[in-house]
Amino acid sequence: MQDLGISVLFRGINFQRLLLGLWVTLRIALITIGISAVLGLLFGLAMMSRSRAARAVCRIWLEIIRFMPQLVLLYLVYFGFARLFGWNLDGETSAVLVFSFWGTAEMGDLFRGALTSIPRHQRESAAALGLTRAQINRYILLPQTVRRLVPQAINLSTRIIKTTALVKMINVTEVLKVGQQIIGQFYREPSAAFWVYATVFLLYFLICWPISLLAGRLEILWEGNHH
Amino acid sequence: MKMKRFVKVIALALALVLVLASAAAADGFRTLDEVKESGKIVIGLFHDKKPFGYVDENGEYQGYDVYLARRLAEDLGVELEIVAVDAPNRIEFLQSFKVDVILANFTYTEERAEQVDFAKPYMKVALGVVSPENALITEAEQLNGKKLIVSKGTTAETYFEKNYPDVQLVKYDSYTDAYLGLLDGRGDGLSTDNTEVLAWAIENPGFAVGIDSLGDLDTINPAVSKGNETLLAWINEEIVKLGEENFFHADYEATLRETYGEDADADALVVEGGEI
Repeated sequence: MQDLGISVLFRGINFQRLLLGLWVTLRIALITIGISAVLGLLFGLAMMSRSRAARAVCRIWLEIIRFMPQLVLLYLVYFGFARLFGWNLDGETSAVLVFSFWGTAEMGDLFRGALTSIPRHQRESAAALGLTRAQINRYILLPQTVRRLVPQAINLSTRIIKTTALVKMINVTEVLKVGQQIIGQFYREPSAAFWVYATVFLLYFLICWPISLLAGRLEILWEGNHH
Repeated sequence: MKMKRFVKVIALALALVLVLASAAAADGFRTLDEVKESGKIVIGLFHDKKPFGYVDENGEYQGYDVYLARRLAEDLGVELEIVAVDAPNRIEFLQSFKVDVILANFTYTEERAEQVDFAKPYMKVALGVVSPENALITEAEQLNGKKLIVSKGTTAETYFEKNYPDVQLVKYDSYTDAYLGLLDGRGDGLSTDNTEVLAWAIENPGFAVGIDSLGDLDTINPAVSKGNETLLAWINEEIVKLGEENFFHADYEATLRETYGEDADADALVVEGGEI
């Protein structure tokens, strides 16, 4: 039976099920990344605002997502909201909410970091040359911020994709959960687990690798432009 | 100054959320009539525990628990909506009213009974003893002075320590090691849940289950949210009614026979009509 482990992947519609699970994974990740990108910029601006209240809210928000395991947040929203408030959210909605809550704060912090890392003298020199505020933003700050931000934002995106594996705990049938169902069904074939997990690994890799390559490419490209 | 105002605003917002929340909450579980009206019953099942609740290669739920779930929905005249649950969060699904019933091979314990309401049992689990066919152990007394393999922390360990002090226990940390120990002849038999040893004996020629029901019975029961009396009463009636047609034996033949083999006695596991 040993060499039959790999065949469980192709019994019935098992492989389609894995791909369907992968689509669920991707769908949650893409929506989350979209929301986080937009709200993250606002979050970053709020972090640098003059209002102490706004900065305090950001601070607390950021600390919460740094110290709370994502799984706890998922349970809090999926089970806790239903119990406390009667809000019966489905698993996928809960996941997008939690991951966006996390992604927004992290993206905001990256944005703030990228913007504040540009030396102050650049802004001052530009002003001395007679550039307007809008011109300084457009030609000096924006291009450099984007260059510093994009590789880190892509890194965050791959982390979000990987973290979606947790949603199997709240009744979302994503790729890992499908994998466990296949293993559960063929529990008598000891090598099934290896092949299924290897396949899940490969699927994650096929998604995250090109994204990571792109980040590396952009970094090199923009590094060249500097000189 | 600014900070103080900020705190006030936050406090006010929190209070508002709580007021809205308490107004929205308290809808709680769904009664029998609400389930019927909605046209569907939501049942929590295992999705990766063959042969009790699993998804087959065509993406269809199968297993002993699933067989019952389908029948419950059919007799209620509603659609079945399946929620895939895992062992650690079964109670949570009931307490947050995400499901109407849990049918995920849920063993009755007093601790759990404080948090959910159990219906009548539809399956039972006891200890079993597997041993080599050529020196088959058929009575627990035969083990006196002999070596019995158990896994640490299991009910088998405590049961034999308490009731059969003359049995020498050989303890292993994991099930896998315990079974390997038996294969290597490090004991005269091995004891753990009867479902486990029955399935293992099928896979390992030369070994058989001589004792298939020993010790305190654990029962497997459907569970509903605490206080959901109408649904609980209906399930109890249904289990009694199904017993009259020997439904659970049919369920066993359809879903468990393959795992436990032709020789296994269905009555070691099946509970009919909720009567132990």
